[in-house]
Formats: sequence, structure tokens, C-alpha cells
Amino acid sequence: MPQNEHIELSQKRHGKRFDHDEKLRKKNARSSHKASMKAKKLHGLKAKLYNKKRHAEKIQMKKAIKMHEEKQTKAKDADNVQEGAVPAYLLDRETQTRAKVLSNMVKQKRKEKAGKWTVPIPKVKAVGEDEVFKVLATGKRRKKTWKRMVTKVTFVGEEFTRKPPKYERFIRPMGLRFKKAHVTHPELKATFCLPMIGVKKNPNSPMYTQLGVITKGTVIEVNVSELGLVTTGGKVVWGKYAQVTNHPENDGCINAVLLV
Amino acid sequence: MMNTAVSDSKVLVNFLNGDGERAGAPLEIPLDATTSQLQVLVNALLGAEEKYQFHVNDFEVTESLRKTLAQQEGSVSTENAVEIRYEPQAVFRVRAVTRCTSSMPGHGEAVINAAFNNDGTQLASGSGDASVRFWDLTTESPLHVCKAHKQWVLVISWHPASRYLASACKKGDVCIWDPKSGTQVGRILTGHKKYISSLAWQPLHCSKNNHILLASGSKDSTIKIWEVVRGQCVMSLSSHTQGVTSIRWSGDDLIYSASQDRTIKVWRSSDGVLCRTLQGHGHWVNSMALSTDYATRIGGWDPALQGKVQSADPLTVYNKYKGGGEEFMVSGSDDFTLFLWHPAKSNKPVCRMTGHQQLINQVMFSPNGRKIASASFDKSVKVWDGKTGKFVSTLRGHVRAVYQVSWSADGKLLVSGSSDSTVKIWCMRTFSLLQDLPGHADEVYTVDWSPCGSKVVSGGKDKILKIWRA
Repeated sequence: MPQNEHIELSQKRHGKRFDHDEKLRKKNARSSHKASMKAKKLHGLKAKLYNKKRHAEKIQMKKAIKMHEEKQTKAKDADNVQEGAVPAYLLDRETQTRAKVLSNMVKQKRKEKAGKWTVPIPKVKAVGEDEVFKVLATGKRRKKTWKRMVTKVTFVGEEFTRKPPKYERFIRPMGLRFKKAHVTHPELKATFCLPMIGVKKNPNSPMYTQLGVITKGTVIEVNVSELGLVTTGGKVVWGKYAQVTNHPENDGCINAVLLV
Repeated sequence: MMNTAVSDSKVLVNFLNGDGERAGAPLEIPLDATTSQLQVLVNALLGAEEKYQFHVNDFEVTESLRKTLAQQEGSVSTENAVEIRYEPQAVFRVRAVTRCTSSMPGHGEAVINAAFNNDGTQLASGSGDASVRFWDLTTESPLHVCKAHKQWVLVISWHPASRYLASACKKGDVCIWDPKSGTQVGRILTGHKKYISSLAWQPLHCSKNNHILLASGSKDSTIKIWEVVRGQCVMSLSSHTQGVTSIRWSGDDLIYSASQDRTIKVWRSSDGVLCRTLQGHGHWVNSMALSTDYATRIGGWDPALQGKVQSADPLTVYNKYKGGGEEFMVSGSDDFTLFLWHPAKSNKPVCRMTGHQQLINQVMFSPNGRKIASASFDKSVKVWDGKTGKFVSTLRGHVRAVYQVSWSADGKLLVSGSSDSTVKIWCMRTFSLLQDLPGHADEVYTVDWSPCGSKVVSGGKDKILKIWRA
């Protein structure tokens, strides 16, 4: 037997004091006061080390408390009828997709901050022609000013071919052309990167619609065939409208919400 | 030698029934014989009064014998007698449903299960809002709302004589309801620890001493048998190692249970002895069906005698609709295959049926047991021969997973409900789409064709129950 276990040995031989448990309880109850006293008294490096240790202990403690609380709340939830009922044959299958949707939702929320899905945007700030178009000087003496360059994000269809540059009134720079948009499904709360089909309407001007200018509030048509949406008639939907919720020219990407 | 079948105007034929037994000696008949003439001939041979369908090498004789033989020139040897198989047809015809007569809202959550009773006069549905509802079919309006469950009602099942309706929920409780008054009978039957996936009543002709027994299979891998009147658990069968997905109570008083542990087990219901274990599937067994399902479902009600007799003897009706021969079982699995079994006799499969590209969600025997339909997540329904397991046809048209199928009472039509929110009616003569029934706003979880044939019910995620009629 090691030398230092004399207390255990004595307890084995003679038993504990009758007030042992009571004294232990009181000591434990007092321990937090003692710890705080010690924290107040210490200074210098020792205080630094002690506080660090105490900080780690407190974190552990809070985690443990939280875990116990979760256990209790879970038991309460089981009694309520959950939403999203599915038949027995889907009960063991849905878990995967649900989890995916959930994680997507969490990610998106973190990115966009809660409450941004209150769009479709009813009112749009007017975007004037002076903001959208940059006047280009042409001609030998640089004095003709009928040429315009679009300074906003545009969508240009696959089949578009340029006119001869000499006669081209509107230039849509390659750097600002977009083919894909991040579209959020408001019910699934999930976001997908989908190819655009066209610009349905730019509320600022029909000319912007024609040119395919995408600003905040523009309604675009996106290809949703990957999502596997179905009409009530049982046909696969492939084109659906979405409204742009950000300023694409500032952000370098197009965020939109699906109009359901 | 000249090809006798085409050159001569007469041909030697043998009439065989579905099991390959001959009816009388070979006959010489004219090639121009039509189906109606063949029918008179067979009725005279058998001394019966029935309607038949005729097949030569799985080709149906539609007009005259000459045409059918000409269609498959070469494959029919005319050296021997031509073998014509005759199959008795249902004495009544079911017309394809074409329109939605009512969309009944009421459930607060998705409709998970809807079913007609044994004679198609009553309708009940179970839903995710933890209620069971009874519907009045004459006015197509709500009749009773029954609330006792605490969780989604996953399964409902009618007693074969429509005296009770059993419902089971995700919590593992079973409730028994009186369909007349909509009140609960007895206590809630508790005992299962996880959700119940399937319910099965004891067939009417098997019940003894007026005991009404109900079996329930649960995700907690047990099967419990309940005595409904006393509200007690009679037996608990536990041998499966994973959740039970489907149970059936056969006409031979055996209980079959399919499970996620890849096996199907056969139990004797009287003492709960495990008779045999059917192994073969490589993944979860999702669904199982018996060729006698329809016969046990209709109980003592004979659709051929509609309106004439109130209730016949259950055993005679059962034997009539079961037909001759053994009881077959088909099982569909997550490993994309189906197996055909002879569960009462052996633990070896009769046939393994491959062809699906995704898991099989439901299998169903036609009422006369001649065909099998399997609904799969690969967007198709496949039809197989019910006796041999041979592939017959694929029904394509759905754009998303097919969840449920249901046969019409005469076995000539099939209805399928799918995740793409449509219900489709298929013709089993041409194996083509007969009717597309859009209308649901979301996934269709359940379809049922009434045993009397006039109505189809469908329900799904859009919380609405729809009734379709011809």
C-alpha cells in the first residue's frame, strides 16, 4: 500500500466521523465562494493562469447543463403532433432529403441573415438611363455620342449575335454578362444555382427588358428542371419566374427568390 | 408438309385451363371461329355458364382464331394441336373512372391512407393531423371525425365484414372504431414501442369462437396479435431483427411478415409458431401481396351477386375468388427485385423477377391472382404474370416515383398514384395509359379502387381527399 493513502486506511480501520457527509456538503457549497475569493485575491501571472483554468471549467459546466436541458425538452416534443406527415413507406427514407434541406436552410440563413425572404419586392428604386448607360464617344474626332455601354449586369441569350460594331448602338460588356442565378425556393428555404432562360420584365423600363438588364427587382425566368417540380397536371416544370433580390452589379452574383 | 393452320380452314385445338389441365379431347374447329363461338364450345365442354378470355401463347384471341395465329406465324407449331388457354372473366365489368366528383377538404395534414370497406359502401381516411375520418359516399361529405391518436395515423384497415375499422399511429398505438357511430371501441391498444407499419385482420372464414383478431407489425420488429373485443394482446411474435414493413393474414390462417432484415417469416396464427423463414432478398423487403388478398378483403360479400344477397358464406366466397391451386405470395424489395413464393409449402422462391431500376414500393396481385403489378420509384409500373412470374409489360407515363397502385375488381384496369401529383388509369388489355387524372396539388400518397368498382379514392400531401367516378 502506498504511503500517502493514510486517510483511506484510517477510514477503513476506524470509520468516518459522524458529521463527515455534512461537513463535505458544506465544504462543497462553500467552494464557489472560496474560488471567487481566490480569483479576487490573485494578481499577476498566477491570476492569469487561474482565470484561464476557471474559464475552461465554466465552459464545460455550461455545456453539461445545456445537454441535460436538451434531454428534458426532447421528451416534451415527442407528445406534440409534428408537421410534414408522410406515409409509413416513406418514414425511413425521408430523413436524408430532409436533413439536406435543413442544412441548406441553415447555410442560407447565415449567409443572407434572417428575414430577407420577405421579397418579392413590390417597389423598386428607379434606375435612370444616366446610371445604366455610359455614353461612348465615337467618330474620328470623338464627337459623335450615339453609342451607349450598359454598366449593369445583363443576360444575353445563347443565340445572340452582334451587329457589325460600327452600327452597334448598345454594347453589353462580356464581363457583366451572367448565365446563372442563385435562386431560393421560399417554401423549401433552399437555394440552388440555376441557369437563366431570359429576362421577363425589368420594372424600370421596357427597353431594359429588351436589352436584358438585370437590376434589383427584375423578374427573370430560370430553368428549374433540376429541382423536379411538377404541375398539378403531372408535367415537369422547367421554366419558372424569380425576382432578383440583390444589386447584382455590386455583388457580382445574382440572388433571386422563386415566385411560387 | 403444308402449313395446315393457314391453308386449311380447320385446325386441331386443345382447350387448357389456367393451370394447364385439358378440358376434353382435342377438337377440330374451323379457323374462322370467333371468341363468342369458342366460348359456347368451352361452356358446352365444361357444362358451365361463364365468360372466358382465350390466349394462344400469351396472345389474346380478340376477333377470330385465324387472325391470332397469323399474328404469330412460326411460333405456333401446327404439326401438333394448337393449345388455347381459357380464363374465366369477371362476370361484371368495371368502367374506367374519368372525372373527379368531389374534392373533400377536412384533414389538417397530409392524407396518408384512405380505404373503402369490403363492399365499397363506406370510406375512411387517416391523416397526419392524428385523426381518422369517415366519409358519407352518397352525399360525398364528412360523416365522423375520430380523434384519439396522439400522432400521425399511418395505417387504417377495415374489418372484412366492415364491423370495425382499425387505425394505427406513429406512436405505436392501435385504435378500433365503430364505422356506424364513429366512436371508439374499447381502449387504445398500446404495446408497440415504435411506429406501426401494417395492420391485418384475421380472414372471416378463419375466425373461431367469435374471436375477432387483428395483427399489427411495427418498426420495433415485433408483430402483435390483438383480441379486439377484449382489447388485449394475445400474442407477441418477435423473431425479426429489424422493423416489420408489411404483414398479411392468409386464408390458410398463416401470418406472413416482411421485414427490413431482408426476410419474410411465416407464422402459425393459432399458437404463434414460426413455420419458416423465406430468404432471398438482398435488402429491405418493402411490400408483400398474396394472390388471395382480394378474396380475404371482400369477406362475405360477393361482387357478382351485387344487391341480390346480403352476405354469403365467407368460406364459399373465399374459395370462389381464390380459384383453384395454391396461394402465391409476391414480395418487392429495396434491391430492385421481386420474388414469387409458395409460402405455405416451401421456403424456396418460385421465381425472381428483375427489371426495375429503383426500389419497389408496392406490389399487388390482381383480384383473380393472374397478374402482379409493382410500383417502383423508377417512375414505372411493371406488370408480371401471377403464376409464373414472367414479365408482361411496363407502364410508363409518370414523371416521378410511383407510390401506390390498386386494381379494379375485374382486373382489367389499374390505378396508380404518384409523387408527380397525378393519378393514372391503365388498361390491362393494351397495357397503355387510359386516363390521366390530374387535380391533386401535391404528392399522391394513397389510392384505392372500391371493391364494387364504381369509385376510386385518392389522397395526398395537399390534405384533400378526391373521389373519382366513371
